[in-house]
Amino acid sequence: MKNTNIIIVGVGGQGILLTSKILGYLALDMGENVKVSEVHGMSQRGGSVITHVRIGQEVHSPLIDAGEADFVLSFEKLEALRAEHFLNGQGVLISNTQEILPMPVIMGAAAYPGEQPKGRETVLLDALSLAETAGNAKAVNIVLLGVLSRYMEWPEAKWETAIAACVPPKTLEVNLRAFKAGRQA
Amino acid sequence: MKKLMIGNEAIARGAYEAGVKVVCSYPGTPSTEITEFCAKYPEMNCQWGPNEKVSVEVAFGAAMTGARALSCMKHVGVNVAADPLFTAAYTGVNGGLVIACADDPFMHSSQNEQDSRMIARSAHIPMLEPADSQECLDYMKLAYQLSEEYDTPVFLRLTTRLAHSRSPVEVGERENVALKPYEKDTMKYVMMPGMARKRHVYVEEREKKMAKDASSMAVNRMEIRDQKLGVVCAGVVYQYVREALPEASVLKLGLSYPLPEDMIREFAGKVEKLIVVEELEPVFENAIKAMGIQVSGKDKTGLQGELSAAKIKKCFGAGGDVPEEASLPARPPVLCPGCPHRATFFAMKRLGLTVFGDIGCYTLCALPPVSLMDSALCMGASVGMAHGAEKARGKEFSKKAVAVLGDSTFIHSGITPLIDAVYGGASTTTIILDNRITGMTGHQQNPASGKNILGDPAPQLNLEALCEAIGATVRVCDPQNLSEFTQILKEETAADHVSVIIARRPCALLDKKKTEPCHIEDCRNCGACMKLGCPALQRKKDSVTIDHTLCVGCGLCKQVCPFKAIKGGQEE
Repeated sequence: MKNTNIIIVGVGGQGILLTSKILGYLALDMGENVKVSEVHGMSQRGGSVITHVRIGQEVHSPLIDAGEADFVLSFEKLEALRAEHFLNGQGVLISNTQEILPMPVIMGAAAYPGEQPKGRETVLLDALSLAETAGNAKAVNIVLLGVLSRYMEWPEAKWETAIAACVPPKTLEVNLRAFKAGRQA
Repeated sequence: MKKLMIGNEAIARGAYEAGVKVVCSYPGTPSTEITEFCAKYPEMNCQWGPNEKVSVEVAFGAAMTGARALSCMKHVGVNVAADPLFTAAYTGVNGGLVIACADDPFMHSSQNEQDSRMIARSAHIPMLEPADSQECLDYMKLAYQLSEEYDTPVFLRLTTRLAHSRSPVEVGERENVALKPYEKDTMKYVMMPGMARKRHVYVEEREKKMAKDASSMAVNRMEIRDQKLGVVCAGVVYQYVREALPEASVLKLGLSYPLPEDMIREFAGKVEKLIVVEELEPVFENAIKAMGIQVSGKDKTGLQGELSAAKIKKCFGAGGDVPEEASLPARPPVLCPGCPHRATFFAMKRLGLTVFGDIGCYTLCALPPVSLMDSALCMGASVGMAHGAEKARGKEFSKKAVAVLGDSTFIHSGITPLIDAVYGGASTTTIILDNRITGMTGHQQNPASGKNILGDPAPQLNLEALCEAIGATVRVCDPQNLSEFTQILKEETAADHVSVIIARRPCALLDKKKTEPCHIEDCRNCGACMKLGCPALQRKKDSVTIDHTLCVGCGLCKQVCPFKAIKGGQEE
């Protein structure tokens, strides 16, 4: 069976590493093999962050090549545009519509692009508002994970178990609400 | 159930299971988490050393006296530790000694992309290269066996994609390794010429034996599939090769130094065409060519950056071009809102100084809009470089120049050049950005932070007393007090002695005090605050706005606003 390749992108500090950790935990729990590639260090200081999640029975490379991703899950619009080329012909793009201005735009050296990111199938949503309604603006990542969950065949309870295993206990309630909001959006 | 671990966590687990007793390291991306994960096991004595050289010496002292020991570092850290390492290869060990060294092809977080396999060869230290997290754990245990069996330190080499990739790991129990007896042995551990000459003979014999044995080690294995093409590879590159050329036969090297010559010959004999796929230097390829075997690969894969399955496919004719990233505004990392370095660099920029920079978050100040850094070479280089520039260009030059480095970088390698500047009669100015932590690698404690790796209280290095004892004139100031800091900076750069200005303010990410964010009233849109490069400030058509979700209320923008239009935040 073919592997499922998921690219997760956003801005340092948006909880990208945590999201890929939850996906990895879940895949393992579902009896799949999984590899997750992260980059730590300087990229956490508000720079672009990307993680690669590969799920399947036999996974070799921890990296997803351009044109090979089944999903791009983006926490910010510009980062979604930046990751579009990872999608394969059938790829689904799920992105937060929030715009976080990078330093060249803040300084006026570049303009924030006007175009909308798209895949073969595209889901654009205001995950920030949904996260705020759920109780914490920082839960954008879990809202988007909820959207992604609609495309995977794993039972809802398993997703919730994985979230519970990875997030700090005192944030669990908010995160579960955020997950539901994304799953039902 | 298996656990999903990043390579670094699996290495720590491997150290734990191998019965390691002592761990001493200096943080450096992508190696840092190994020692952090080690510290979670109370059975191992873990400490952040002041630099890689001291860390290896601590680990070596533990190994010589009978314990299994570990030191972890990034590739450039191996340069700092090279002095003890090259001679530890001669003395050998007693308890096992492993050096985990993390290379960074493509320089995700580094200043060069040197290949540690070449250091293994020149130091005559065997090197293991795992290819996923499970192998990270397994190879650590093997590394200690080999270290003790062959009486040598052993390198475990990682690359970024292994150190920071998660894959499933089956964990085991900790082996109870008793402390080995220690007996004084001057012929083995005192490396004077007479003894070292004898040890060098031993080193060469050991290496020959290990190269012979390597062909029957399970970590080196031939996977025979289609025999038209045979690929020699190691580490994470093995995974890319399996993905890109699934039909090819593969010789996977687990021990990448010394090479298993017999096995390589056997493999070469089984395949029609032999190639090496390796990142960075043609280490395997040149060694195999030297065996008189026809092989190629580097002419296609190149010397720079990382490989990937797509790149390998393209190099060896199995794939075409892949889609490219659109041309979009970059999103470089920036100093955090409230970062104390912002104030320090703003003051320096106003004075138009030449800035000898160093390694840390503050290296980001080389980028716009701050754009204030003339050099960033290696840990601690700023202090010596400022001294050298004065020797070349005279004392007047030093009146408009500074060396700038963080507290941890100063302790790592800035102390000896400061001694040299005083001894040399210089008049340089060094700014220590004392944010009370090792910031860029993710907040590790250091001797000046007053805490150990577990966060427990530890004796605190007194930076002022140290610099005064060296003979420098020392001033201490919170850079957030911009006018006072600027005044001190003017005085000390003009002075005819070696000065140290300690710019002391905790890292904004550690300062948990809640301050009300700043806000703007009657902005004239002059743009003065935009020169700070604060991500919380955004310039709109008619005014600057402050993003209240990002602003931590440090109030620096308030200090630079000529119209007093910014309110709230911290009082000056």
